[in-house]
Amino acid sequence: MVKLYIPLDMAAVAMGADRLAAAVAQEAAARGETIEIVRNGSRGMLWLEPLIEVETPAGRVGYGPAKVKDVASLFDAGFLTGGAHLLNIGIVDEHPWMKKQNRVTFVRCGVIDPLSVAEYEAHDGFKGLKRAFEIGPVAVVEEVTKSGLRGRGGAGFPTGIKWKTVADCPPGQKYVVVNADEGDSGTFADRMIMEGDPLSLIEGMLICGYAVGASKGYIYLRSEYPIVAKVFQAAIETALEAGWLGKNIKGSGFDFDVELRIGAGAYVCGEETSLLESLEGKRGIVRAKPPLPAHVGLFGKPTVINNVLSMATIPMIMEKGAKHYADLGVGRSRGTMPLQIAGNVKYGGLFETDFGIPLGVVVNEIGGGTRSGRPVRAVQVGGPLGAYVPVSLFDLPIDYEAFAAKDSLIGHGGLVVFDDTVDMAWMARFGMEFCAIESCGKCTPCRLGSTRGVETIDKIRSGMDVDANIELLKDLCHTMKFGSLCALGGFAPYPVESALRHFPEDFRKPALEAAE
Amino acid sequence: MSGAAQYSDERAREIIAAHMGLEGPAMPILHALQKEFGYVPDAAVKEMAEALNISRAEMHGVVTFYHDFHRAPHGRHTLKICRAESCQSMGAERQARAFLDKLKLDWGGTTPDGALSVEAVYCLGLCAHSPSALYDGEPIGRVDAEMLDEIAAEARD
Ligand SMILES: Cc1cc2nc3c(=O)[nH]c(=O)nc-3n(C[C@H](O)[C@H](O)[C@H](O)COP(=O)(O)O)c2cc1C
Ligand code: SF4
Ligand code: FES
Repeated sequence: MVKLYIPLDMAAVAMGADRLAAAVAQEAAARGETIEIVRNGSRGMLWLEPLIEVETPAGRVGYGPAKVKDVASLFDAGFLTGGAHLLNIGIVDEHPWMKKQNRVTFVRCGVIDPLSVAEYEAHDGFKGLKRAFEIGPVAVVEEVTKSGLRGRGGAGFPTGIKWKTVADCPPGQKYVVVNADEGDSGTFADRMIMEGDPLSLIEGMLICGYAVGASKGYIYLRSEYPIVAKVFQAAIETALEAGWLGKNIKGSGFDFDVELRIGAGAYVCGEETSLLESLEGKRGIVRAKPPLPAHVGLFGKPTVINNVLSMATIPMIMEKGAKHYADLGVGRSRGTMPLQIAGNVKYGGLFETDFGIPLGVVVNEIGGGTRSGRPVRAVQVGGPLGAYVPVSLFDLPIDYEAFAAKDSLIGHGGLVVFDDTVDMAWMARFGMEFCAIESCGKCTPCRLGSTRGVETIDKIRSGMDVDANIELLKDLCHTMKFGSLCALGGFAPYPVESALRHFPEDFRKPALEAAE
Repeated sequence: MSGAAQYSDERAREIIAAHMGLEGPAMPILHALQKEFGYVPDAAVKEMAEALNISRAEMHGVVTFYHDFHRAPHGRHTLKICRAESCQSMGAERQARAFLDKLKLDWGGTTPDGALSVEAVYCLGLCAHSPSALYDGEPIGRVDAEMLDEIAAEARD
């Protein structure tokens, strides 16, 4: 029997993976071939999705992007034994895009059956948790601190310090909350790990719960990810059945339950305190800090909130040790970053690499430049609140501090590439409009400032008092930056100011847009 | 969404009761109500307020805060078109505008025959295949004008 892999990843499904899997099964039956189709996660080479992998003695041979119409010819070409075909990309592990990476968080994603506990364990799964049980909660927190892991959700706050704060709170009800809101444009790493290796997230939560003394974990998932909800719920049930969740986990005396909750289309609910409000069943209005969620979090109890990637990286840190992880990266940016390459780009996908790789290398060499074939003009890094970076800054290494020094951010590691047809004044307007649509409404600079921002950019774009209005816009940005309660209003100026700074000419060509 | 059930207080109370064992049950209840009835009727909001022991105004505030919850019946089918940055980098905004103009709709509108609602969505995590959309929960990558027209036609069947 031949084992085939066809991803269930939402991006693969969006490109026809479900139909492809059905067609392959049907064709195999018609030809009397016995095959087993595993629905795996994506390997991250999203431009090749749907990618079929065939297990052969030499390794897993890939065919992609495969369409239903290719199925008959794939069988004709003997793809079940790795035969030659136009779509054959060779051994997937040997592919240059794979070889250039350093997969740590994503080491199992796309490799294993996401819903098989046995495969997860065969690929070092739950070793991190077992070690945690051996060394005890205090040592676990120390290990996470020493690894240098910083929150991958955007702010880059040291994970170990957060855990210690919760661990140091008096015993009692505590919570572990995973932020799976992933609202940023250009990001999909959380989605991919939850579809491709959900047990790693569950293991991370277990380690966290054990370390800080919590027995209940929630995952707050955005509603825009319907496939994740299905896969992850199934993963929870699989883990429960195998005794990796629930009471007295594997005889450790440790109890832990995990519950999946779905958001309802509000970007601001990715902000941690707004997320907690939403979990409690309220409007997702940002809370003022202090108190920190670590002290007064979900239902008023001490709570660790971490991003999916932060949490899913923990098992590997526990398994291999803090030093192993800390030795990767540059400066204070330790370890690896799963970069998400998107937008107008040839080879879009997920590329995990040590910190320090130059932005231009990621865009041009890994991403292959634009899909349209036109010159790259700008890259928005770090989501809708991130800056637009011009080509002149392509030497910038992926490193929290290096980006901050250029008034930019890495955020969740999303890169959105734009070609030279982009109108940066329009993108600036969109940034403000997005903030206006998504503002939670608690503070004036964000709620009103963003609406004023849209109006002001409209005036600039129509050529009205351009100089005066640009000054006004800058002033408005300043007010939002320093007067907003959270980073939605506080960072919305980044895309606007960076557009003004690096692409001033786009704010002085009114006639074009008036005709649109 | 197709197959929405007729609203009844009794059914709403059943749905609410089924979730009362959860910590912070409001969001799961709202999702369940919308799944059952296709929207969150005012009468259901009243039932929720009573069950959760909060004021109706407060409950109403929760429902209206979230983009996903509708307070009136929606189209039988829903097309969510992404208009976030990555999709814009591939021309999504212009393409969506042309599609909406053709249907004589604005964002959030429903065709007069009640077949199709078109909503804006800000990123579906399909940004390596921009522009993208979600049709009745089914993700679609590299959407073009022709595909949008096909969806509109299919929705009306
Ligand atoms: C408007 C706004 C949206 C955010 N969205 C997300 C998100 O979608 N996912 C996420 O992990 N963090 C998001 N954050 C950051 C969280 O507030 C928080 O810093 C993070 O979840 C902490 O986890 P980490 O330390 O593991 O990064 C957002 C912050 C703001 C201000
Ligand atoms: S900055 Fe905006 S989103 Fe953040 S608290 Fe203020 S109003 Fe709410
Ligand atoms: S920006 Fe459209 S799918 Fe991400």
